[in-house]
Amino acid sequence: MKWETVIGLEVHVQLMTRSKIFSGDSTAYGAAPNTQACDVSIALPGVLPVMNREAARLAVKFGMAIGAEINRTSVFARKNYFYPDLPKGYQISQYETPIVGRGSLEIDPGDGPKTIGITRAHLEEDAGKSLHGSSGDFTGIDLNRAGTPLLEIVSEPDMRSPAEAVAYLRQLHALVRYLGISDGNMQEGSFRCDANVSIRPLGAAELGTRTELKNINSFRFVEKAIRYEIERQIDILEDGGTVVQETRLYDADRDETRSMRSKEEAHDYRYFPDPDLPPMVLEDAFLAEVKESLPELPHDRRHRFIEHYGLAPADAAQLTNERTQADYFEAVAEATNAEPRTACNWILGELNAALNQEGIPVEASRIDSDALAGLLDRIADSSISGKIAKDVFSAMWNGEGDADSIIEARGLRQITDTGAIEAVVDEVLAASPDQVRQFREGNQKVIGFLVGQVMKKTRGKANPKQVNETLRRKLDA
Amino acid sequence: MSSINSEQVTHIARLARLKTDEEKSDYFAGHLTRILDLLEQMNRIDTESVEPMAHPQDVHLRLRGDHVTAESRREDYQAIAPLADNGLYLVPRVIE
Amino acid sequence: MHNRSIRDLARSMARGEYSSTELTRHFLSRMADAGDLNAFITVTGDQALEQAAEADRRIRSGSAGPLTGIPMVHKDIFCTAGVPTTCGSKMLADFVSPYDATVVRRLAEAGMVSMGKTNMDEFAMGSSNESSHFGAVKNPWETSRVPGGSSGGSAAAVAARLSPVATATDTGGSIRQPAALCGITGIKPSYGRVSRYGMVAFASSLDQGGVLATSAEDAALVLEAMAGFDERDSTSLEQQVPDYTATLEESIRDKVIGLPKEFFGDGVEPDVADAIQDAIRELEALGARTVEVELPNSEIGIPCYYVLAPAEASSNLSRFDGVRYGHRAAQFEDLIDMYERSRAEGFGEEVQRRIMIGTYVLSSGYYDAYYIKAQKLRRMIADDFTRAFERCDLIAGPTSPGTAFPIGAKNDDPIAMYLNDIFTNSVNLAGLPGISVNAGFDRDGLPIGLHLIGRYLDETTILNVAHQFQQATDWHNTAPGGYA
Repeated sequence: MKWETVIGLEVHVQLMTRSKIFSGDSTAYGAAPNTQACDVSIALPGVLPVMNREAARLAVKFGMAIGAEINRTSVFARKNYFYPDLPKGYQISQYETPIVGRGSLEIDPGDGPKTIGITRAHLEEDAGKSLHGSSGDFTGIDLNRAGTPLLEIVSEPDMRSPAEAVAYLRQLHALVRYLGISDGNMQEGSFRCDANVSIRPLGAAELGTRTELKNINSFRFVEKAIRYEIERQIDILEDGGTVVQETRLYDADRDETRSMRSKEEAHDYRYFPDPDLPPMVLEDAFLAEVKESLPELPHDRRHRFIEHYGLAPADAAQLTNERTQADYFEAVAEATNAEPRTACNWILGELNAALNQEGIPVEASRIDSDALAGLLDRIADSSISGKIAKDVFSAMWNGEGDADSIIEARGLRQITDTGAIEAVVDEVLAASPDQVRQFREGNQKVIGFLVGQVMKKTRGKANPKQVNETLRRKLDA
Repeated sequence: MSSINSEQVTHIARLARLKTDEEKSDYFAGHLTRILDLLEQMNRIDTESVEPMAHPQDVHLRLRGDHVTAESRREDYQAIAPLADNGLYLVPRVIE
Repeated sequence: MHNRSIRDLARSMARGEYSSTELTRHFLSRMADAGDLNAFITVTGDQALEQAAEADRRIRSGSAGPLTGIPMVHKDIFCTAGVPTTCGSKMLADFVSPYDATVVRRLAEAGMVSMGKTNMDEFAMGSSNESSHFGAVKNPWETSRVPGGSSGGSAAAVAARLSPVATATDTGGSIRQPAALCGITGIKPSYGRVSRYGMVAFASSLDQGGVLATSAEDAALVLEAMAGFDERDSTSLEQQVPDYTATLEESIRDKVIGLPKEFFGDGVEPDVADAIQDAIRELEALGARTVEVELPNSEIGIPCYYVLAPAEASSNLSRFDGVRYGHRAAQFEDLIDMYERSRAEGFGEEVQRRIMIGTYVLSSGYYDAYYIKAQKLRRMIADDFTRAFERCDLIAGPTSPGTAFPIGAKNDDPIAMYLNDIFTNSVNLAGLPGISVNAGFDRDGLPIGLHLIGRYLDETTILNVAHQFQQATDWHNTAPGGYA
């Protein structure tokens, strides 16, 4: 039998607020345990939550970016369960009326674009952390993270392969970073993913029984965990068994999923509207302000880069993945006389290589957009060749100055004087009678050797185009 | 008329994390059944078209500015904890 | 000293007739003498004398406010920094709060002297003060009887003149019913008027802090100081608190008092009904008019309340898990066992019963039938009041259908206990202000409370009417024998 995979993803994104969603605790990562856990975070008797405006703003920003309905009235509810990292015994979340309603995200898993539906996105508070192993027979509880604002983004079961799931996640990850609503740091838990996976006979309308995979917090693990889970479910069904609806944990070391015993007990979260928090009603002015703050979205910007700058779609996509990179490109493209395509090639090529080498983001680049534009100008006006430009780039990266001063200091300016080039060409032609003969017999390829000789004699400074033309003119004579 | 039996009490107590045993569940089952009878009086009134009321006031949520205002008071807070060490609250080992 | 109003006390201190320290010592010694009432869980004598000394400095320097140096006590539901805050529970028997409730801070800032924490029904769940882990409180009018609840300790303390005034909280009648049963004045302001920050939560959409005092005037003075917007409570109203005392002396001529026939039915003890009729005639004599109004759904308030309050409580009390504070069982097998034992040991029977009801009505399959149904009824009850207030300025009736009952009388019957709230809890459901004032005594000499209910945010009218009633009568000045 042919099987079809159905995947829906629930992504928890930590929002980049300074303070927690319901208290004045800092959200900074990595503080000593429980030093960012105030009376509200440890749920002392009598304390109350007060909602952070910025968390609402970031959630709405996301909603607008995915073209979703924004619910002007949303309601915080309590999700009741006992766990040591949940100090109140309930999590404040949104249940029946989330802040962000239905929207969508376009992905490109490699075989053409596809639209993935987003069911909803709701605000909630993060739990603390349980630390096992460091305290003997005990589990240690650190509540620094408790109350960090989360946006839980729930997709429709629209993905049909692990590759699509990963493409969706990457797109979402890029988007939240681009919007500046989350740092997306997966190691620190700022971007976490659960996957609902089921299979069904190809062509079937009904969904199969799904399992929920937890703890898949890298793009690589998402793909592996889902792949493993699909095979496990197919094996069960092909052996005549039935898939049990359950929560499963992905074990990266063994590359397998296993049932989470601690979650076996049937959950009854007893959601009800939180009486401590009246309904959140967003005013027109608030929504207008968020709309105003919305940057040009990656999707729109990609299309503009293709149309306006004539970039290849793949390049435009890569550039707009990161907002800072796209900004950098635009700054270079506007400042230089070089072709935008040249700017794009240099950013995705030399610049990215240099940035990756040092592991720094583009905003920390040692060559700023004006400096790169200056270098590209010298290529555009034929002062230097592309090849020489790479040496100049390295020198700039090493802090030797701007393009002009390096070209000047090293005497790299291209020879464009026709007389001077002709003299060298004559010299080379005189020294290469064999090659001249071969060319005249029809072997066009030897022109490359001759160009090389000229470049060698001029230490690369001759304008290659001019050299080529001069050679051909003289050979054809 | 609803009634709650001992098994249901045991289930509710489990959800609410209250230790119970047969005797206790039996005892509470009697009370809870009578209380539920009282609550069922609600059914005498038709509420078909009524909007549920969650808050006794018609106000909107106030949103505060995103400012860090809390300072660490870990020592004060952990002084009243049943068991804490190295800045962590300790609980019996959690098995995942 | 103990039979005088707050204004009198302040005047005397200003004149130097006695100091706050002397006044505080006087009340502390009365508290010690009245130990058999069991009205207090914690007495903070040393701290009180320090605060009194500070108040005396302020009084001498001429920077005293109307409450500076006035002794008072807090219901043990308000968190007090450095002082045990037990909420009447074994769960918090050893809990010393690291912070002050907003109410506690405001009254301290007003210069009041806090002498201790009063006994109460465990987590404010009860109408007789018998569910306290620290034992029942006795009614100073008749010590074999209950003082009402849940603010029984506060009410007994004020009735026995052990403190001029006490803070209290009211979720379904917990200020007004003990005020009635102890023959004093108790006001529950409109929901949102007094900050709930630092008040251990029972049912968040119903809980409201208020005052127990011997007169409406004293209650008005203290309420004014404790009320007002608090940014730490999202349900706190951004509304100016009226000058309650400024309007106390206004005539109540032409005030229209609504009399719901549902409040004068068969369930009311005859002596209570008679006393309330007399009180209404007294108000008419003062120029008020009466009009019959309808609160057709008031009867359903009891089941509605006993769905919503336990539902919220079941969630509010989940934080008591023995992890960060509070009782942790000495022995347990694993984490879940620790939770279950700590909570079963730490919570008393009534609290566990309400947690179970609340858990049940919120659980899967019952939510709509109970919780949503009750929320709809809540709206109908609130709408009834809105309609009634189209025809009147305030509503009057008995606070409680009966007077103080014997300790132990309703212990085995939770439902009989719940029916004590029949006239009070619909006021919480609607979020309205309510006050109970003493309006006489039954044949056994037990006090009877007159209940006045105001429009939303209109504490001013009920305080005004209560005060005028107290100017015309002397019930509020009658202290229980042995405590006069």
